[in-house]
Amino acid sequence: MVTNILIEEVVVNLLRQSVIRLPEDVKKALKNAYNNERSIIGKTQLKAILENIEMAEKTSTPMCQDTGIISFYLEAGSKFKDLHRIEDVIRKAVRRATREIPLRPNAVDPFTEENTADNIGRHIPYIHWRILEGNFLKITVFPKGCGSENMCTLRMMMPSDGLKTVKEFIIDRVIEAGGMPCPPTIIGVGIGGGSNIAMELAKQALLRPLDQMNPDVRIARFERELYEAVNKTGIGPMGLGGDTTTLAVKVEYAHRHPASYPVAVAFQCWAARRATAIIDGKGKIEYITESI
Amino acid sequence: MKTIELKTPILEEDIRKLKVGNIIYFTGTLFTARDAAHKRILQYLQNRKELPFKVNGAPLYHCGPLVRQTSMGWIVVAAGPTTSMRMEAYEEDVIKNLCVRLIIGKGGMGEKTVRAMKEFGAVYGSFTGGAAVLASKCVKNVADVQWLDLGEPEAIWMLEVEKFGPLIICIDSYGNNLYTKVQTEAKNNKAKIL
Repeated sequence: MVTNILIEEVVVNLLRQSVIRLPEDVKKALKNAYNNERSIIGKTQLKAILENIEMAEKTSTPMCQDTGIISFYLEAGSKFKDLHRIEDVIRKAVRRATREIPLRPNAVDPFTEENTADNIGRHIPYIHWRILEGNFLKITVFPKGCGSENMCTLRMMMPSDGLKTVKEFIIDRVIEAGGMPCPPTIIGVGIGGGSNIAMELAKQALLRPLDQMNPDVRIARFERELYEAVNKTGIGPMGLGGDTTTLAVKVEYAHRHPASYPVAVAFQCWAARRATAIIDGKGKIEYITESI
Repeated sequence: MKTIELKTPILEEDIRKLKVGNIIYFTGTLFTARDAAHKRILQYLQNRKELPFKVNGAPLYHCGPLVRQTSMGWIVVAAGPTTSMRMEAYEEDVIKNLCVRLIIGKGGMGEKTVRAMKEFGAVYGSFTGGAAVLASKCVKNVADVQWLDLGEPEAIWMLEVEKFGPLIICIDSYGNNLYTKVQTEAKNNKAKIL
């Protein structure tokens, strides 16, 4: 029997782990960036980032004061018992994690300007579901800081524009954004669908480990092309100039309406926090990202 | 590359010596302010109401810290910079009226602030975005907090810091702006990039 307490415990652990310790693939990419960066100022920024990551782990402190908007991506086996309870358990866990870790309270009512003080609000945390076959619950927590979030853009392009214009749009956005999304960033791109589908895909692309290219060879090639172009801009770490503007570009697509060509660009700061665990039907827990 | 140490109170002559690309470390008292605090500072100025804190040559830090209240007082858990551009609408008046000489943040600021820095003698130093533990390690004491009704991240925190940095001077008091320089170069280079 999987109790509510057990699920709550896993969610609090995942939140703690995600804000304190970066996934290995992100750390590796940042270390590589530091070794390869030729700009002296750029290197000071990457050095500060690496020191910060190490210190956060050593002292069990959130690496960034902006512990973000919190999203959950859930994959549930249809046989997992009482799926209807999960959202309440998650909200309870977020409230507890906000106090215990602590997380910065980041849920403000846009009409009253009141901060709820516990990271719980209308549609916050955001919870995304996929129901699959089996008896398990896979939980990915994705706290995303707003320096990079504020740079996300959606453009409804013309179908005649094509991929070349997509590339130009992304480069323009990277240059305009400069240091604001805290580069080196990870860039998620969603092409096609309707406006909401494109942005959702761009966001989900950010959850893919950095060393994993899109399994579709054509798209993987486009990812590589975008990655090289973005790093040629010279925007560099924190927008102060240098070789490292992005750690990876991830592209996802959906079929589009014949008359429509939505393109969404989602920026993720270097503090690319995510953590995943799977609970099976008997309550056995497996942490996928390295636990602390 | 030059590394310079600054202490409170920061004077105009210290600031006029700084150029884009210099690296500085700051020791002394600074105060934090984000959007809501800036808005309220301007309301106070407009109504000629006395501010509940004294600036006295302290740097202004764009930061909404993650804090914890204990029986021993406030502890700053993580205190990296926030995006400075959100304060662009307010900053000219703040520089002018509070005589702020050093603004610390990330991502840079707009033309109005660059002009005000040139006219009144102030610089912008960037602290590495997201490096919040590194920043909080430099905080030795919370000297005061005001306007907590705005919420913890938005309140004014007077923090005593030691060797706070590295801060890269990105906007100096001569109208130079490292961010726009990097962006303009990228724009001019676009044909090659594509």
